[in-house]
Amino acid sequence: MTGIDYSQKIPNNVDLASDKRLQRALEAWQPNYLEWWNSVGPTDFNTKDVYLRTAISAEKDGWAHFGYVKMPDYRWGIFLEPRDEKRTVGFGDHFGEPAWQQVPGEYRNWLRRLIVTQADTEPASVEQQRLLGHTAPSLYDLRNLFQVNVEEGRHLWAMVYLLHTYFGKDGRDEAEELLQRRSGNPDHPRILGTFNEPCTDWLSFFCFTMFTDRDGKFQLLALAESGFDPLARTCRFMLTEEAHHMFVGQTGVARVIERTCQVMQAHPDKDVRDYGAIPLDVIQKYINFWASSSTDLYGAEISSNSANFFRSGLKGRAYEERYDDHLALEGSYAFENLVDGQLVREEVPLRNAMNEVLRDEYVKDNEKGIAYWNRVCERMGNPFRFRLPQRRFHRKIGVYAGGHFDLDGNALSQAEWERRQGDWLPTAKDRAFVQGLMQPVTTPGKSAGWIAPPAKGVNDQPADFLYVRA
Amino acid sequence: MAVQHAPAPPVQFQTSPSRYRHFQFQVQGDLARLSMNVQQFEPQREGYELKLNSYDIGVDVELADCLQRLRFEHPKVRTVVVTGSLERVFCAGANIVMLRSSTHGFKVNFCRYTNETRLAIEDASDKSGLRFLAALNGTASGGGYELALACDKILLVDDRNSAVSFPEVPLLGVLPGTGGLTRLTDKRKIRRDRCDVFSTLAEGIKGKRAVEWNLVDAIAPLSRWDEAVAEMARSMAAGTKARGEQGIELESIEPEGSDQVASAYGPLERTRWRHLDLSISRSARCAELTLRLPERWETTQAQALSAQSGWWILRALRELDLCLCNLRFNEPNLALVLLRVQGNPKAWRDTDNLLAASTHWLVRETRFFAARVLKRLENTAKSFYAIADQHAAFVGTGLELALACDRIYAKDDEQCAVHFGVTPMNAGVLPMSNGISRLQTRFLGTPEQASQVLAQTEDFDTARASELGLATFAPDAIDWEDELRLAIEERTSFSPDGMTGMEQNLRFAGPETMETKIFGRLSAWQNWIFQRPNAVGERGALTTYGTPLRPSFDTQRT
Ligand SMILES: [Fe+2]
Ligand SMILES: [Fe+2]
Repeated sequence: MTGIDYSQKIPNNVDLASDKRLQRALEAWQPNYLEWWNSVGPTDFNTKDVYLRTAISAEKDGWAHFGYVKMPDYRWGIFLEPRDEKRTVGFGDHFGEPAWQQVPGEYRNWLRRLIVTQADTEPASVEQQRLLGHTAPSLYDLRNLFQVNVEEGRHLWAMVYLLHTYFGKDGRDEAEELLQRRSGNPDHPRILGTFNEPCTDWLSFFCFTMFTDRDGKFQLLALAESGFDPLARTCRFMLTEEAHHMFVGQTGVARVIERTCQVMQAHPDKDVRDYGAIPLDVIQKYINFWASSSTDLYGAEISSNSANFFRSGLKGRAYEERYDDHLALEGSYAFENLVDGQLVREEVPLRNAMNEVLRDEYVKDNEKGIAYWNRVCERMGNPFRFRLPQRRFHRKIGVYAGGHFDLDGNALSQAEWERRQGDWLPTAKDRAFVQGLMQPVTTPGKSAGWIAPPAKGVNDQPADFLYVRA
Repeated sequence: MAVQHAPAPPVQFQTSPSRYRHFQFQVQGDLARLSMNVQQFEPQREGYELKLNSYDIGVDVELADCLQRLRFEHPKVRTVVVTGSLERVFCAGANIVMLRSSTHGFKVNFCRYTNETRLAIEDASDKSGLRFLAALNGTASGGGYELALACDKILLVDDRNSAVSFPEVPLLGVLPGTGGLTRLTDKRKIRRDRCDVFSTLAEGIKGKRAVEWNLVDAIAPLSRWDEAVAEMARSMAAGTKARGEQGIELESIEPEGSDQVASAYGPLERTRWRHLDLSISRSARCAELTLRLPERWETTQAQALSAQSGWWILRALRELDLCLCNLRFNEPNLALVLLRVQGNPKAWRDTDNLLAASTHWLVRETRFFAARVLKRLENTAKSFYAIADQHAAFVGTGLELALACDRIYAKDDEQCAVHFGVTPMNAGVLPMSNGISRLQTRFLGTPEQASQVLAQTEDFDTARASELGLATFAPDAIDWEDELRLAIEERTSFSPDGMTGMEQNLRFAGPETMETKIFGRLSAWQNWIFQRPNAVGERGALTTYGTPLRPSFDTQRT
């Protein structure tokens, strides 16, 4: 069934009504979820009517419905892409076997870990973004923020559905813990580093949705290949939502760039700061920070976990069908290992390099985003060109975490790094300046001075549309 | 990935804090802090990296050295905090690639040595009242958790991520830790079904559940981690006493020379230490280890204390310990060690009187150390023959050395001064790992024989030693040379595995203790698993771990 049953307490297209045990478990989790939302979500805006889209079907076209809704009343539900009865495992040692509808016992713990790790990022980003509503540069942006927030909440629901349905008591415990960890909390932080970084200004938010949500996209693409069919179908639907999050980041940064270019054009010899715009090199620093931090999310370059996940058919490569060889047993992967301070070219078995293979796809996709921003500069006649930092830059995870590198990936001494990192990463001064610009603009159709207005309204609404109303 | 047996460079067992690479060691008042900070690119031999605070023999040698120094150099210390310097990881256990690329013999020796190191933690707690707190600042897995289990208390950080785990069974198809299941069941007394679950759960158990199952003693959040560690360390210190004020420095021990000497079975390479000669014939696969008693020795406690680590018995024990380690790791093909103790038996009587009676911390530590060295000997996979010929002085602690051997050959010859004798040290002061004395173990069925030996107030000769059941063989002057030659040739001709198995079965008669179980389980099960195709075959779990291949098992249960 693909139609969504909204008559239920928990909207779903998985016939929840017929599984009383599961329904009870999820209904028991629901109030805890709402309590979480009401305490660490965008709390101060819970009474506002927000023009949001809600999923009404899991079919490719026409899945969304737009309308005003108070966020706590958002119909968070469980939507899986329709099941393909003939689906087979697409890679690894089980290649060609029928896809699993139940968790294989042998892989239960690995799968749970994969799902929990993905799930943990969803509420984390809501927590990271919870105060941004107070400084939104326009109602359009405010609404986009909330759209992203409620959808991350729904992604959490999607993952919790899997935990509750397939992982018994352990799964229910994990679902509880997902609501207990907190972004940035020293005692019980979120699992992955990037999701503990503060995100308190809108340039960071746009970079986050550009780079960190894009990591989400590639993780989901890899999990969408999973031989565990319910996970694959869940992730495929999540991808349709994720696309919008990246759109927010991509166009958000582009609008900041556009505004700065305008100011530079109007006042060629002046500091754009004096006109309330963000210098292009500061934007570049924010890009450097979030791109490098998000690059860490793929894990270590050589990883026995990644080999295990691939061989067991749990986590594939993005766009697995584009590859000829789905076993990946023969090939090797060459990369620059950092051995005792030296970069050394090394070949590792392909399966052990699956994190790096996925990171390659991510980097390629990021490059496209950078090119898009450079086209803005070009269009505005500005000679500045943005760049993606080389993947070795500013890493905390993997082999490169053991060294220091510049934006081109050249090794640096500790002293050199200390001396120059302020050229590449936002300094306290940069952050203070950007933070200083963060003043809310709530007049319909108006945008803050540091960002250009959007090219087009949501769902083709006019520029002065009241996206968020009291 | 092909299993490659890297040629192993000799393992160096001598180190000192200024040379530690993998540990940060600080002492402040009555608190010591030992922080594991394993250097990824400084493995003991090439071919693997020590990621995530995983360890190899080079790391464990430093740990063992540190434990030894704590006992001799820092008598003020009451609590030792064992923690890690990496974020989110305490210690990942023994390095898998190292294990995979090691010969079987090396693997077993490695496990044996690391077990001894962990037992040394428990010994320090039990005998010297040092309290060990494992402050797990991140995940402790495999041998990392085993290290924690060896401590008195375990505090685990509660960051919703860090766990304790034994992933060996699910991930590698081998047994956990280095005797870990015994510590779970017998030391922490965890229910067997929970041990079963825990040992099959690769990701381990964290937080409240870890406390509930007694896998750890307490958890503490990151924000008050340092505080919680300090508090716990303080309260542990309150339950124990400092042993002394001023420690001694353990001087470094170097050989004093080497030469070649002739023997009945060809030339021997002899290394001379202050109190020991170690002579080796690689072609005959035989070594002669001779402890030369000093001509002048410390007779009073004051003399012993002022000699510090130059006190002859302490120095001799350290040399013996070092030689045993070298024999194990660096002379893997040697089959048999002929052990002699030669010199004036009075040296033993004076020394043992001190060792057995003194309550001074340094003397006590030396006594405890003697017990550990004797156990090291008994856990060495070589055959040992005690040889009592000219100037033999198997008295007291010296007699314990003979009793630790598999056989005692004593020459029955009036021309030949052979001294046996007992001192208070033979009456249970130097227990074996089974918890009872060597005499008790030797005469398990006839305790009156042990009493009879203990009743000897004077030195006695070979004939009496034979009557008392101490000498295995007592050839006379005519037969001696030939008997000995035959015994050596026969011993070295047997299957080395047969010998190890037999000796390990025979050496520890009597009661089981956690210690005998650990070594027994280790040699019986782990060594068996380590050899099986399901672990080390082409598709064995240990072989395929970290590679793209999944293990494939021979499903037959044995
Ligand atoms: Fe998401
Ligand atoms: Fe997202």
